[in-house]
Amino acid sequence: MALSEDEVRHVARLARLSLTDDEVAALAPQLSEILGYAEQVGQVAAAEVAPTTHPFAPTDVARADERRPSLARDEILAGAPHVEQDRFAVPRIVAEEG
Amino acid sequence: MSADTLLPQGWELVVGLEVHVELQTNTKMWCGCSTEFGDEPNTNVCEVCTGQPGSLPVVNAQAIEDAILLGLALNGGVAEVCRFHRKNYFYPDLAKNYQISQYDVPLIHDGHLDVDVVVSDDAGEESIDRRRVRIERLHMEEDTGKSLHVGDTGRLHGADRSLIDYNRCGIPLLEIVSRPDIHDPETAQAYLRELQAIVQALGVSDARMEEGSIRCDANVSVREVGDELGTRTEIKNLNSVRSLGRAIRYEAQRQVAVIEDGGTIRMETRHWDESAGRTETLRVKESVTDYRYFPDPDLVEITSPADRVEAARARLPELPAAARSRLAQAGVVREQAAAIVGAGTLGWYDDAVRAGGDPQLVANWLAGDLVGQLAAAEVTLEESGVTGAHLAELVGLVADGTLSTKLARQVLDGLIEERGAKTPAEVAKDRGLEQVSDEGELRTIVERVIAANADTVEDIRGGNAKAIGALVGQVMKETRGQADPRKTNELLRELIG
Ligand SMILES: [Zn+2]
Repeated sequence: MALSEDEVRHVARLARLSLTDDEVAALAPQLSEILGYAEQVGQVAAAEVAPTTHPFAPTDVARADERRPSLARDEILAGAPHVEQDRFAVPRIVAEEG
Repeated sequence: MSADTLLPQGWELVVGLEVHVELQTNTKMWCGCSTEFGDEPNTNVCEVCTGQPGSLPVVNAQAIEDAILLGLALNGGVAEVCRFHRKNYFYPDLAKNYQISQYDVPLIHDGHLDVDVVVSDDAGEESIDRRRVRIERLHMEEDTGKSLHVGDTGRLHGADRSLIDYNRCGIPLLEIVSRPDIHDPETAQAYLRELQAIVQALGVSDARMEEGSIRCDANVSVREVGDELGTRTEIKNLNSVRSLGRAIRYEAQRQVAVIEDGGTIRMETRHWDESAGRTETLRVKESVTDYRYFPDPDLVEITSPADRVEAARARLPELPAAARSRLAQAGVVREQAAAIVGAGTLGWYDDAVRAGGDPQLVANWLAGDLVGQLAAAEVTLEESGVTGAHLAELVGLVADGTLSTKLARQVLDGLIEERGAKTPAEVAKDRGLEQVSDEGELRTIVERVIAANADTVEDIRGGNAKAIGALVGQVMKETRGQADPRKTNELLRELIG
């Protein structure tokens, strides 16, 4: 399956990556090759083999509903670009106007 | 307003609801952080709920149990095997840049909820119409953080910056998606109210709209009767049952106006502005493929074997609809039954009836005077110490004439003051609130009143039967309102002859 340059730009936008035209031109065939590689699975998978979503067999790994200490606030806020009123201050949320 | 005045002739409204319920577990969905509402910002946050590299989410077993319970209450099927997906999008209230949700296989599928809607016919006669709303799915996901928008105006669009508190991020969230089976605002409101009542009855969430522990988005479209489904818009920011009804009404009428004007409806998310009473474009909806869902490799599949499902089914309590019809069968009027079940005072009702209280008389108090009296005393029924047995005794004292309704109200105030430490009979006795219905005592008072009002007595003997009212009033005055009016009347008639 070949990805068009527009599709590459679309995926890049969704991932918030900015690509130059040269990069788009270079990535389109590379991504297409990766997709083609994954597509091989479809050629060998028999109808009776259930799709696998996980390499591990175990199921139902769960924990009891018991509290554990959270991080100290200073520690978690240390990773914030800006702090205001003990919160993470980020650029204003812009609604995507269509 | 009835359905036919909502839209012009020939148009039909189609609504599906997405309701989010925050579960009241001790800890978040994937980590041991507390879910307490109202804690200091960013104090219930760890590596997992902020998606730090190398951290691993682990499913909260209680959240799964709660979700299955709600799914069963909504008549849904439980998936034998289900899994979690990552829904990828960038928004600062979700630090991981993806939300863990469910995609192809939700935990619960294909349920339904029957709701009762009051309809009135042309003659204004009210009746109950039971409507079934099918539920497509109920899936587990996680809540996002809370944003505070600050800047020039403080509103979403004009804010300079957003301040994020991640305490809520990762709290277990259930999304309940209905089918587009709703065709008027009243049914949508009834559905939301019923869902809220069920969630509360199960105790899986306090389901408070004002605190955001239950939230509702509406997918609204219109079509000409017989046509295929029209393009829908998703309405957000519905903060009350009332907003839900108003927003659906506004949006349906807006869409019809746009189409009749030759325009088309865009698939978009719209924001309900409660004070302006209208919806506004928030953003054009991303297509579902743009979320690039894929199975979360950090989590394994969840299985629900039949025995586990049946064990959950056995734990289902009486649901609100069943409780309401049980009360109705006991003779309680519909509105009061709904009020009692809705207010969570069913336990008191049951205790009172078990203690011998007449169902309707108990309901009169529970759904009537008691509500206002508790509010005036600023206590909840639980805090008041008033028990079902107290209520049974109180209605008994009124029924046998020991207390008038007015005195019973005072006894109830006394009970609330004493926090239920005494019985109604004790309160009545202590405070001298019993009606004077003792024959001997009342007779003495009546004789005294007759002697002191010779003119009125003559008047009555002369044929003016109505004048007896004045004498009853005198007796009441002498007894400070505690005379049994019926007995007083009887004695007056007997003694005047
Ligand atoms: Zn955490």
